[in-house]
Amino acid sequence: MMTQLRLALKNLVGAGARTWLNVAVTSFTFVIIIFMSGLYQGILAYSKRVTVESEVAGGIYWHPLYDPDDPFTLDDSHGAPPQAVLDQIAEGRAMSVLLVTGAAYINGRMIPMQLRGIDPAQQIVAMPTTSLADYDGDAIPVMIGTGMAKLLGAGEGDAITIRWRDAYGTYDAADVEISKVMSVENFKVDFGILWLPLAVLQEMSNMPGEATYVTVRQGEPLLETASPWVLKTVMSLMEDMIALVQAKQSSAAIMYVLLLALSALGIFNSQVLSIFQRRREIGTLMALGMSRQRVVGLFTLEGGIHSVLALILAFIYGAPLLYLTASRGLPLPMDYSDSGFLIGERLFPVYGPWLVAGTTLLVATIVTVVSYLPSRKIAKMEPTAALRGKIA
Amino acid sequence: MIRKRMSSFLLMGVLGATSILRSQGLTAAQILDAVDRNLSSDNQVFTSRMVVHGRRASRTIVSKSWVVGTEKAFTEYLSPPREAGTKMLKVGKQLRIYSPQTDRVLQISGHMLRQSVMGSDFSYQDMMEDQSLQEAYHAELEGSELLDGRDSWVILLTAKKLGLAYPTRRAWVDKEWMLPMKEEMYAKGGKLLKSALVKEVMNVQGRTYPKVWLFKDELKRNSRGTEWIIDEIAFNVTIPEAMFSKAALRR
Repeated sequence: MMTQLRLALKNLVGAGARTWLNVAVTSFTFVIIIFMSGLYQGILAYSKRVTVESEVAGGIYWHPLYDPDDPFTLDDSHGAPPQAVLDQIAEGRAMSVLLVTGAAYINGRMIPMQLRGIDPAQQIVAMPTTSLADYDGDAIPVMIGTGMAKLLGAGEGDAITIRWRDAYGTYDAADVEISKVMSVENFKVDFGILWLPLAVLQEMSNMPGEATYVTVRQGEPLLETASPWVLKTVMSLMEDMIALVQAKQSSAAIMYVLLLALSALGIFNSQVLSIFQRRREIGTLMALGMSRQRVVGLFTLEGGIHSVLALILAFIYGAPLLYLTASRGLPLPMDYSDSGFLIGERLFPVYGPWLVAGTTLLVATIVTVVSYLPSRKIAKMEPTAALRGKIA
Repeated sequence: MIRKRMSSFLLMGVLGATSILRSQGLTAAQILDAVDRNLSSDNQVFTSRMVVHGRRASRTIVSKSWVVGTEKAFTEYLSPPREAGTKMLKVGKQLRIYSPQTDRVLQISGHMLRQSVMGSDFSYQDMMEDQSLQEAYHAELEGSELLDGRDSWVILLTAKKLGLAYPTRRAWVDKEWMLPMKEEMYAKGGKLLKSALVKEVMNVQGRTYPKVWLFKDELKRNSRGTEWIIDEIAFNVTIPEAMFSKAALRR
C-alpha cells in the first residue's frame, strides 16, 4: 500500500502543472461551496436568533383569528387569553401583546400603522420597554424602532398624533410623545409599529384584559391546552424564512453542480490522458507481477489524492478567508428588510462542522469516482499489448 | 304695480313668519328630518370631480356614480388615465373595487376601510356610512350662528349607540336651504378629526343641493383638503338592478 502511495504521489508530482491545475480548481470548488452554504446558514442562524430574542422568545399563543399576513383579520383578533395562559402571564412566564390598527399623523402626512401594547416591565423579549415606564411627561409615551423613526422623520421627544378605532369601531385620536427610539435588528417589530404601554392601549381601545398574542419566556414549557388560541413554536414561525432560504439554496445548488462538474471533468480528463500516455508503464507493472486491480487502485489513488491535495490547499487559503468572514461578517450594500429576509447590516456566515465534513466527503467521493471510472479500462488491458503501447 | 308691491310684502310677511316659526318651534330632530329629506332621494346619478389638494400639487379625479338609497352605489372613474376604468361597488356593508390594471376585484374591509380613497381626505369608511343622521344620533340644538353671512342652526349630534365611526358631530344647518353647510366630526376623546364645508349650492329639480364640498382630514396639519364638485346630478331616475352586481365591475 505504501509503495502504491509513494508511486501515486511521485506520478502526481511528475504530472506537474496538470496536477496543480486540477487541485486548484477542486480546492476553489470546495471553498466556494462551503462559503455559499455558510452564507445561507448564517442568514438562518441570524434570523432565528433575532426572531427569538426580539419577537418569539420561547413561542407564541395567537388569538384564534390572528394572522399577521392577513390584514383583514387584524381588527377582530383580540380577546382575553385562556385561563392557563393568563396564569402564565400572572407568574411572569409570558406576556400579552395587544394589536390595534391605526394611523399616525406627522408633518401633514397620514401613515397607516399598528399600535401594539406591551408590558413595560416585561423581560421576555429584548426590547427597551422600561423606557415606557420611565417616561414622566404628560402625553402618552410610545416607543418606535429606528426604521420607523426614519419613516416618520421623527426622533425622541417628538410629538405625533395617532388615530385609531376602539373595540366598537369608534374613532379616537390623541397626541403621543416618542419616548424612545430603539435599535432593533428585527424589522418585524420596527416598521409600521408604535409600541405603547399595554394597560394604556387596552384602555384607549376599550379592550380591557385583552390581547392579540401572548409571548412565552424562553425555556418555559409550552401549554398544550391553550385552545382555542393557537400555539406557534419558534420553528413554525420561521417556516417561511426556512422555505425562502431553501429556495435560494436550490438556486445556489446549480452553481455547486457546475463547479463540481468543472473540477470532476478536469480530473476525469487527466485520468484518461494519463492512462493513454502511460500504457507502456501499465504493461510493465503488470508484467512485473502487479495485478490488474492493484494497477486500477494505483490510478484511482492518484486521482483520489487530488482531493486530498485540494483540501490541503483549500485549508491553506480558505481557512483564514472563511474565518475572517465568519468573525467580522460581510458588509451588505443595501437594506434587505423589504425583501422579507431578516438580515443585519453585516452578514456573518456560519460554517458548522457538518457543513465542512459533508462538503469534504462530497468532493472526495466525486473525485474518487471520476478517478476510478477511466481506470476501469486498465482491467481489460493485456500486458503484452500494453507493453507494445496498445490499449486493448 | 301696487298689487305687485303687496304681493311682495305678503310674501315677505309669510317668509318672516315661517322663519320665526322655524327658529322658535322646530326641534333639532325636525331640522335633521328636514335635512335628511332634502339630501336624500330614491336614487341619483351624478358626475363629479374630486380635487385632491396635495402638499405640492393638486390632481382631479372625475367619476360617475349611480346611487340607490343608502345601500347601493356604483362608481366608475373616468379620468385621469391612470384611474380611468377603476370601478367601485358598494352593496350594503360590502365594498368592492375593480382595478383594470390588474383585472382583479378586491374587497375592501377591515383596516383597509381606513385607507384614503385615491389619496383624498375621504376614507373608504366615510364612503360606507349609510345611516341617516336621525337614526344614528341624538340631536341637540345649540343655537344659531352666522356662517358666511347666512343664518344657520348649530346642532350637536351625539351617537345613540356604540360602534359609530364618529361619536360626536356638530352641524351648521342653513335655515333657508335646510342644508348642513358645515360639519365637524370628532373623536371619542373630543379631538376634531374631519370637517366638511359646502362652498357652493345649486338648484336641481326644484331643490337646493350642495355643488362644491370641501372635506378635510383635520389631523393633517396644513392640509388643503379635498374638494368634491358635483357637475351633473339627476334624482329619481331609473337605474337597472344589474348595475349593482359584481359582474358589472368587469364590464
